[in-house]
Amino acid sequence: MKILTIKDLDAVRSEAAKKLMLRELGERNINGDSSGLDTGTERMQVLVCGGTGCKASSSQLICDRLREKLKEKGICDRVDVITTGCFGFCEKGPVVKIIPDNTFYTQVTPDDAGDIVNDHIVSGRRVERLLYVDPKTGQSVSDSKHIDFYRKQKRVALRNCGFIDPENIEEYIARDGYSALAQCLIHRSPGEVIDEVTRSGLRGRGGGGFPTGVKWGFARKSISDEKYVVCNADEGDPGAFMDRSIMEGDPHSIVEAMAVCGYAIGSSKGLVYIRAEYPLAIHRLKTAIGQAREYGLLGDNILGSGFSFDIVIRYGAGAFVCGEETALIHSMEGKRGEPTMKPPFPAESGYLGKPTNVNNVETLANIPAILTKGAEWFSSIGTEKSKGTKVFALAGKINNVGLIEVPMGTTLREVIYDIGGGIKGGKKFKAVQTGGPSGGCLTEKHLDIPIDFDNLVAEGSMMGSGGMIVMDEDDCMVSVARFYLDFTVEESCGKCTPCRIGNKRLLETLNRITDGKGTEEDLKTLSTLGRVIKDTALCGLGQTSPNPVLSTLSHFYDEYLEHVRDHRCRAKQCKALLTYIINPTLCIGCHLCAKNCPADAIIGDVRKPHVINPDKCIKCGMCMARCRFKAISVS
Amino acid sequence: MEERQITLQIDHHFVTVPEGTTILEAAQKIGIDIPTLCHIDLKGTCIRNNPASCRICVVEVEGRRNLAPACATRCTGGMVVRTSTLRVMNARKIVAELILSDHPNECLTCPKAGNCELQNLALRFNIREMPFNGGELSPRKREVTASIVRNMDKCIFCRRCESVCNEVQTVGALGAIRRGFNTTVAPAFDKMMVDSECTYCGQCVAVCPVGALTERDHTNRLVEDLADPDKVVIVQTAPAVRAAIGEEFGLPAGTLVTGKMVAALRELGFDYVFDTDFAADLTIMEEGAEMLNRLTRFLDGDRSVRLPVLTSCCPAWVNFFEHQFPDLLDIPSTARSPQQMFGSIAKTWWAEKMGIPRDRLVVVSIMPCLAKKYECDRAEFKTDGNPDVDYSISTRELARLIKRANISFTLLPDMDFDQPLGTSTGAGVIFGTTGGVMEAALRSVYEMYTGKTLKDVNFQTVRGMQGVRRATVDLDGFELKVGIAHGLGNARHLLDDIRHGRNEYHAIEIMACPGGCIGGGGQPLHHGNSAVLYARANALYREDAGKTIRKSHENPFIRTLYQEYLGKPLGEKAEHLLHTHYFNRSVQ
Repeated sequence: MKILTIKDLDAVRSEAAKKLMLRELGERNINGDSSGLDTGTERMQVLVCGGTGCKASSSQLICDRLREKLKEKGICDRVDVITTGCFGFCEKGPVVKIIPDNTFYTQVTPDDAGDIVNDHIVSGRRVERLLYVDPKTGQSVSDSKHIDFYRKQKRVALRNCGFIDPENIEEYIARDGYSALAQCLIHRSPGEVIDEVTRSGLRGRGGGGFPTGVKWGFARKSISDEKYVVCNADEGDPGAFMDRSIMEGDPHSIVEAMAVCGYAIGSSKGLVYIRAEYPLAIHRLKTAIGQAREYGLLGDNILGSGFSFDIVIRYGAGAFVCGEETALIHSMEGKRGEPTMKPPFPAESGYLGKPTNVNNVETLANIPAILTKGAEWFSSIGTEKSKGTKVFALAGKINNVGLIEVPMGTTLREVIYDIGGGIKGGKKFKAVQTGGPSGGCLTEKHLDIPIDFDNLVAEGSMMGSGGMIVMDEDDCMVSVARFYLDFTVEESCGKCTPCRIGNKRLLETLNRITDGKGTEEDLKTLSTLGRVIKDTALCGLGQTSPNPVLSTLSHFYDEYLEHVRDHRCRAKQCKALLTYIINPTLCIGCHLCAKNCPADAIIGDVRKPHVINPDKCIKCGMCMARCRFKAISVS
Repeated sequence: MEERQITLQIDHHFVTVPEGTTILEAAQKIGIDIPTLCHIDLKGTCIRNNPASCRICVVEVEGRRNLAPACATRCTGGMVVRTSTLRVMNARKIVAELILSDHPNECLTCPKAGNCELQNLALRFNIREMPFNGGELSPRKREVTASIVRNMDKCIFCRRCESVCNEVQTVGALGAIRRGFNTTVAPAFDKMMVDSECTYCGQCVAVCPVGALTERDHTNRLVEDLADPDKVVIVQTAPAVRAAIGEEFGLPAGTLVTGKMVAALRELGFDYVFDTDFAADLTIMEEGAEMLNRLTRFLDGDRSVRLPVLTSCCPAWVNFFEHQFPDLLDIPSTARSPQQMFGSIAKTWWAEKMGIPRDRLVVVSIMPCLAKKYECDRAEFKTDGNPDVDYSISTRELARLIKRANISFTLLPDMDFDQPLGTSTGAGVIFGTTGGVMEAALRSVYEMYTGKTLKDVNFQTVRGMQGVRRATVDLDGFELKVGIAHGLGNARHLLDDIRHGRNEYHAIEIMACPGGCIGGGGQPLHHGNSAVLYARANALYREDAGKTIRKSHENPFIRTLYQEYLGKPLGEKAEHLLHTHYFNRSVQ
């Protein structure tokens, strides 16, 4: 069905909205009554998370089983099974949601399909064992609205994720999709669109935090016969998956935003640079682009406005540095993926030497919402200099691993303790790494800082793309720094000296320290070299790569000092610094440890206390794991 | 459009420069020397490398968060730059230390010692111990080809070679491969250079700041041959050598040292010292005749004749079209290069005259070029495995050998070449610079075609340094259109035109190296100073102007050679000894 005018679009919307009404009602439903076909509910829907994480836990099979059971019961025509994008609560996936009563089932397996259909859908009885249990109260919570994980969230970029079927353009249209584009094309000049985006205060969500409207303005000003809109979907921070989730859960928001951007800057060609290891996101984007073309929302003369726009997908091979916009552009041109000096900025000379506007996925996902609800609405959320919300990928030693979206200005404490449910196993919080390998570690004393672009930078970290990795008392901060540096050394393109050799030398120094061969001089080297790398590296990757080292050095200097001075790792992570000893009073001489030692490091006669030869011991921990008498300890 | 001028402050000095000027250029203008390493900009040629990647040239710019690379940061009005603060000093030193930490500590035996830009920086930054001791060295390949030695352990990844190979020469043999610490410059897929499309032009060697890319050194082999009493060792010297070798002995660029060079070669023990310029005159006889022949046939309506005639004296250029334009192999002249013509004549006519058996005669060439080393080695230039030219040594190698032999070059008397292969005309001399071969050919072709004597032998229109030049010469009513290109990238433009049927020329001269042979890969290093190239070119034109005979066909010994031995140009014997054929070497 081709949408030729704004009226056509309205017609499609009102028709599609009817289907979505059930879900909208579920959102508003606050009494929490369960429903079932036998208890008087006319139609029901089952939403099953179809994000990469839940798919990996057989969510597709869950859908199949649900449909089988519904068929057996002969109620297929009254109950729809819908695959949605990510719900965010990955810790508890696969997630299944029943509409209209909004019941939120967690950790569902394909075998649960029978109970869900029989008990809940038919009989209106919730399957208690699949409900989320609040760890604080011990009570089960049926509606996700009342789960702490969701309570403090505000979903703008993720507004449609876990709500609509990402492969159905009409569901997107029903949620005001493409109305921003339509409004812009028919009623607003490009200048007005840029002005609206500028006034909203939206800043780039890919890490840099540059004001999006200003960026668009630069690209608009450049004069050229051809300009390009590029969506940077080269999400590369370890543990970060917000862009992937948006593309999997709400791909049309990206398509729409790119078209709006094209209109604003005067471009008719869009490119999405996406890593090939995101097959599901690629599939959903391709589907979305295909549907948009079919509906006439991409292509020539969109909505009769005279504006034409189309999008192609370019695959990246997964190099972290290709997230840097100049490297990304070179990669798209078929050149080596490495950055070049700015200026010239892509807005002047980018893809194929033409003015190019590069925006990150999450940034783009905010655009339709800003244009529909207005700059004032958007800028009312957040802090003075950082407007709107930010999506974070919570990972590490935190109870609720997953994807969250909170208003800028939310504190780390709220994110980690209220939404994230605190530290796993009741351990003590030690630090949180924000901004991925380019960011830094923040500690206990930073927990009450409102999160925004500038506050994080002021504390030696950065927003980055929104990775948030939580560490507890069992994490060694030297090892953490080493982990991130290992990543940047691996991912450096090798172009400039500080990043190519400097980071390698930093890593070697850290390796020396964790190997117990470090000196206090090495700590000085880390600090001086790290600062020079920041000061001299060519691109954002190199300029931020020493951050994990410098921030842990400044916040956990004692721990570094212990490593080099006392050869001690308090978190017991640095193998070389550990000594395994057998307590002769507890050892009964069962010889089990000696039998299991791969290095033949344990000697002793049967029924007599054994001894570990430290020269032979490879510190694998096998003996300690095998000892039944708790006679082996590590120090 | 008038350039906008901007004023900025560098180290408290005010300087006004046109918009678009870099901080480095602005600093140079007022005599502030900012150290650089990866940057090279041979003004007036197309050789430029500006990746801003080594970070040696960083400076402090007021209001900027981090340090700025002076080589790539453009000046803005009111900018305040500091090039000598402690922060800058510290950063530069650490960056240099980082480079050194991934560079083998082999200065004592490195061919680049004393001429190495990294060594100079280490000295300048007062680095007194190997920094970051115990750091890993990145694993890289070594390779010895006929012309070029790659020792990539020493590569500092400035990527000058890559820029020259890809952007200037458009050969594409070298590029960055792998990532991070393991990055290196190599042919695609880390193949060996011999399996790549490398033309051995040696421009990568000419710009390498360290000892990663150097020439294949034959000086030890030469010393052995000179010391062998059973061997007769003769030498030929290319025109561009005499205009450059003086630089290695502290003489200003452009000093002509022909006589001292001859004297030095005699000192070294060569039995005869001859001149490639003689063979250059011979080349004109053959190439000129071929040009005339093709042209006359073409004008007579023979459509099987393909034009333009392309010169073929440059072996890197020959490699280039064999690799990249195998569909055009019938276009270049079949005349061998002067080096090979010399070898061929020396080992036949001259050897027979002198009664020296071929296996006792060693022909050595002194060349500004590295591709010549490869050319000697080509199978078609050997008789029963014995090469016409045994080996070629570069200007730099000769200078090293003279120093090693303790010959006080500047004190030497001027001496003349031996006869008969040492006599040449002004036309032969200018072969060494871009446009020279064409000018030499025009001098002869004009007289042969028109039967008239040239009033002025100087064809100013074909001279100069512009990458591609064109000229029209009036041959008594017939307008001969000639083109000149130097640098293989420029040559590619012309060849692409020919391939697509857009040719406007009757004849084209092509030299692989920017500037021609004076800028060859075997010449003393220019270290980014293009004035050196201009001075060398002018020296050759001076030598030409000073010659009594300036037209190749008037060389008396050339006449003797044809009378006694070859018969006539393009005759049967000449075809056999002085012409060659080409091969399709495209790498698929």
